[in-house]
Amino acid sequence: MEPHRGPPREGPPLSRARHDAAGEAPAVSVEHATKTWPNGTQALAAVDLTVRRGEFLTLLGPSGCGKSTLLHLIAGLIEPSSGSLAWWGKGFEATGEPGRRLAMVFQAPTLMPWARVDANVRLPLSLAHGDTADADRAVADALSLVGLADCARHWPRELSGGMQMRASIARALVTHPDLLLMDEPFGALDEFTRQRLDAELVSLWMARALTIVFVTHSIHEAVFLSTRVAVMGPRPGRLIDEIAIDEPHPRDESFRLSTRFAATAQRLSAAIARACGGEPAAHDAPVRASAS
Amino acid sequence: MKRRRAPLDPRWGYLAPVIVALVVLAGWQAACVAWDVPAWLVPSPLVVAQTMLADRALLFASLGVTLSIALTALAVAVVLGVAIALLFVQSRWIETALTPYVVLLQVTPIVAIAPLIIIWVKDTRTALVLCAVVVAIFPIVSDTTLGLRSVDPRLLDLFRMNRATRWQVLTRLRIPSALPYFFGGLRIASGLALIGAVVAEFVAGTGGQGAGLAYQILMAGIQLNIPRLFAALVLITLAGVAFYSVTLLLSHLALGHWHESELGAR
Repeated sequence: MEPHRGPPREGPPLSRARHDAAGEAPAVSVEHATKTWPNGTQALAAVDLTVRRGEFLTLLGPSGCGKSTLLHLIAGLIEPSSGSLAWWGKGFEATGEPGRRLAMVFQAPTLMPWARVDANVRLPLSLAHGDTADADRAVADALSLVGLADCARHWPRELSGGMQMRASIARALVTHPDLLLMDEPFGALDEFTRQRLDAELVSLWMARALTIVFVTHSIHEAVFLSTRVAVMGPRPGRLIDEIAIDEPHPRDESFRLSTRFAATAQRLSAAIARACGGEPAAHDAPVRASAS
Repeated sequence: MKRRRAPLDPRWGYLAPVIVALVVLAGWQAACVAWDVPAWLVPSPLVVAQTMLADRALLFASLGVTLSIALTALAVAVVLGVAIALLFVQSRWIETALTPYVVLLQVTPIVAIAPLIIIWVKDTRTALVLCAVVVAIFPIVSDTTLGLRSVDPRLLDLFRMNRATRWQVLTRLRIPSALPYFFGGLRIASGLALIGAVVAEFVAGTGGQGAGLAYQILMAGIQLNIPRLFAALVLITLAGVAFYSVTLLLSHLALGHWHESELGAR
């Protein structure tokens, strides 16, 4: 049987890098950025990375390879020890304006337990003292986008782990960000919930024309989601390889079972193994995927 | 196969301690009657109750005095303690510089400082309140400071990413995060305020119009009026339990809908 290349859809496959053709500045450019913590640990050796507008870029690597540090640099939460970053060609001060908005989704849902779901989602707007009626609408929109419209008045503790994560994503989307940063958002969820949220995230990315930088240590998740994967290695954290995943979106379950999925996963696995100076781990080479 | 114990009916939460009290009181009464214990040695519960009724004007006036001192001290300790905690979290430098002195206040026995405070402060009532504040303030300061610092670092990042002001971080993140810790401190401080008030009264030994329960206990001891001593003691104990219950209630009202400590109690 021929490998199934996804069901036919109207229009060409969504190649998210197409915005770059206009010659606009990339969403983020990282130039020779390093990070050394005050205790002398070098978290990140000089990194050069460009996040193109509209792409779904995944930072992939084992624990301690500086993925989160790089993401925090991009989020403007920490400053590089040397080197520089630019957001849409400008400094960090220029972010936050329309067309240059950042939002972040953390490892855990990170909801305020003392506030109801809608108040949690509204937080970025209320910190900015936005208009109340507009905020109401934006919160309702964001909640229905993640399928939590009926849970607006719930307390965070009343939601399951997956629903809490959705609320956290709604909070990130409520400001209509242009660049969404996600730090292993689904790492703590079970496999089924994770796969469902992965698929929903891809739909959101397409619907909202988002640029996403996604951190994960799951090779399968990286292959399923991304248009491009930046592989990172440890001691010190550095970029090793960049692999484009030239598959049409949206991708469905048949893609997970295809030989191309397996081949890409193996490529990533081999790149990580090289970076760590060892053999590819057995579980990283999905034999089952070659069945389709 | 072991089975999980069935959860206790919530009514037992109130009934069980009452049953214990009734059993103890009955045993006490029976022992006093059986061995014919004189009231000046150990008064029976009935005699204590009769004394409380007979001396009610005197005892309850004194209870009012002690309660008012303890409550004023608690209020001052809360306001001052929270203010100090807020100051501490503004800078590590301030906290490092001042913490030893707060600890010093805590570890010095109140009976040692009370005479000084009573000499230095002219108004007796103010002096007594001050003594009780010194005793009660420490748990408020230390617990609230801990709470204001125990903020989820990712939430702090989220606030920073959204360019929250220092004031917004304080009012919308630090203070709500600190509430469970604050109520923990308040629970301890409420009991300490009462103890502080009683100890200070003992040291001051003020009688007359403004005499508190400690003075009644002191005088009853000297006069060998043991039933009255017991009655005063019972009133102080009940006041302490009431303080504790009110702080529990306040904590439940403030945190009941979200914090684990209160959710588990349901």
